[in-house]
Amino acid sequence: MLQTYTYPEFAYAQSEEQRLGKLKRHPVVIIGAGPIGLTQALDLAYRGVPSVVLDDNNTVSIGSRAVCYAKRPLEIWDRLGVGEEFAAKGIQWKVGKVFFRDELAYGFDLLPEEHHKMPAMINYQQYHLEERLVKACDDSPLVDLRWKHKLLAIEQNDDVATLTVETPDGIFKMEAEWVVAADGANSDTRRMVGADFTGQFFQDRFLIADVVMKAEFPTERWFWFDPPFHRGQSVLLHKEADDVWRIDFQLGWNADPTEEKKPEKVIPRIQAMLGPDVEFELEWVSVYQFACRRIDQFRHGRVIFSGDAAHQVSPFGARGANTGVQDCDNLGWKLKAVLDGAAPVALLDTYHEERAYAADDNIGHSTRATDFITPKSRSSLRLRNAVLELARTETFARPLVNSGRLSTPTPYLHSSLNTPDSATFAGAMLPGTNCADAPILRNGGNAWLLEQLGRGFVLLSFGPAAPVTVGNITAEVLEVGKDIIDVQGVLTERYDGQPGTVYLIRPDQHVAARWRRFDPGRVQGALSRTLKLQ
Amino acid sequence: MALNRQPNIPDQDVFYAELIDAQRELSDDQADMMLAKLVLVLSNHVGDRGVLSEAIALARDNTLATPA
Repeated sequence: MLQTYTYPEFAYAQSEEQRLGKLKRHPVVIIGAGPIGLTQALDLAYRGVPSVVLDDNNTVSIGSRAVCYAKRPLEIWDRLGVGEEFAAKGIQWKVGKVFFRDELAYGFDLLPEEHHKMPAMINYQQYHLEERLVKACDDSPLVDLRWKHKLLAIEQNDDVATLTVETPDGIFKMEAEWVVAADGANSDTRRMVGADFTGQFFQDRFLIADVVMKAEFPTERWFWFDPPFHRGQSVLLHKEADDVWRIDFQLGWNADPTEEKKPEKVIPRIQAMLGPDVEFELEWVSVYQFACRRIDQFRHGRVIFSGDAAHQVSPFGARGANTGVQDCDNLGWKLKAVLDGAAPVALLDTYHEERAYAADDNIGHSTRATDFITPKSRSSLRLRNAVLELARTETFARPLVNSGRLSTPTPYLHSSLNTPDSATFAGAMLPGTNCADAPILRNGGNAWLLEQLGRGFVLLSFGPAAPVTVGNITAEVLEVGKDIIDVQGVLTERYDGQPGTVYLIRPDQHVAARWRRFDPGRVQGALSRTLKLQ
Repeated sequence: MALNRQPNIPDQDVFYAELIDAQRELSDDQADMMLAKLVLVLSNHVGDRGVLSEAIALARDNTLATPA
């Protein structure tokens, strides 16, 4: 197995602090060099915060695992300098087909909205993504990435967390003002702090296989309910990079995971699905059972949880890595503000407030897709099949077919950091929403709105405005018509940018507040609120 | 809009006969499937989420209140 990818081995190096036996205090230590830990380190570095990343292994994810990345994570990675490359190398698909039993029920075209720099989604193997993120971390003077460093214990008081870490050279201690635990669904860190991680386990098993296939299959997402080659279950096929295809087989609860993983069992299944003449090779096989659950509190003192360590979802709709990357987006600027003394620790509790809300939303989407794909009773199976049979001819039934919804960001509409609107606005840019992109001109060249946002707080203004300062934080002005030109009118339309309108935008590219005219006092109030200073 | 719980179907006896008649020569499984589809077709026609929630709750509560 494994024909297309060679796993890198990253070099272990003993740290100076371990060699000298000198206890060193770091602003941030991140546990786990997966996509979330690496992204968090890059986002902190982007904001000027150094971090140490510890990983007990020395390579990337084994098997492709996460495969589908949606627009918002791509926008975040674009800010960190790797988004364009992922978008170029990943596979983009627009057409999906749903099969029921032995025939096509219907097909659909996602028709992605125009005028965004990043595509609606890409398919890309997790190992490729991680390898690129590792390189970006290696290139950053602010990221200290340490392989073969295993966290053994964690103690904390009000000021600091002390980590006991084991390396090939023995055990040593290090201190961290803040610890970000991004060590996955089976997080040891979560156990060490005694956090609860509860939710719903699904009584089902799935076989995921990555196969290498040169056959001329179209780049489409195919989903089968109850197909002739796998009766009573569901199957998903879609394409990754390098002629690798992802296939998910629902196996049912009684399947034996060890037995099902054997090539002599897997190959005939896939052959029956692809047809007898299609040549393919197995690249990776895994059997999993899934759960939807979330940690009780995203912050336990000095330890902050993100990604799968904080929330686990079923794979339908590609919400695991996607939502984890958005955790990093939310946490990075807040940690920076607290470390700089610009905001109180209470700002970090809004990380829980906003991201637990998003996690619950994701778990809801994921649970609903699971309940549609694997009905739990005879009557829910009948309703599900009724939807599928109607969908062949009735367009009204097609939106009810749920084989996993595209992952989109959860707006923080009720966040305590928002300042409620005091005027009426059209469009989607409500306080708490991530900023929609738009094509613009800057210094005479084509550019994108999101490329102008994200460094610090920004006042996006459709008229004259002036920078506003609270403590050591300044919201800089980005004036439409002066600093940037809205040549196509998309920006003005998406933001309902009537003359005089001003948006206060957070460093994670989310709307904090907006007004119909610039009033420094009001901006100051909103900025204080967003920093949890009032 | 609230769920209309007053009689609203003109010519109710003929409507009921038509409903029964539509299940003629269907197996029990097919008849159940037909009813499931009818629920979906009518739900889509109603569309109003508040009315649908009221209707779902009414059907469920009435069932639970009926001795098995």
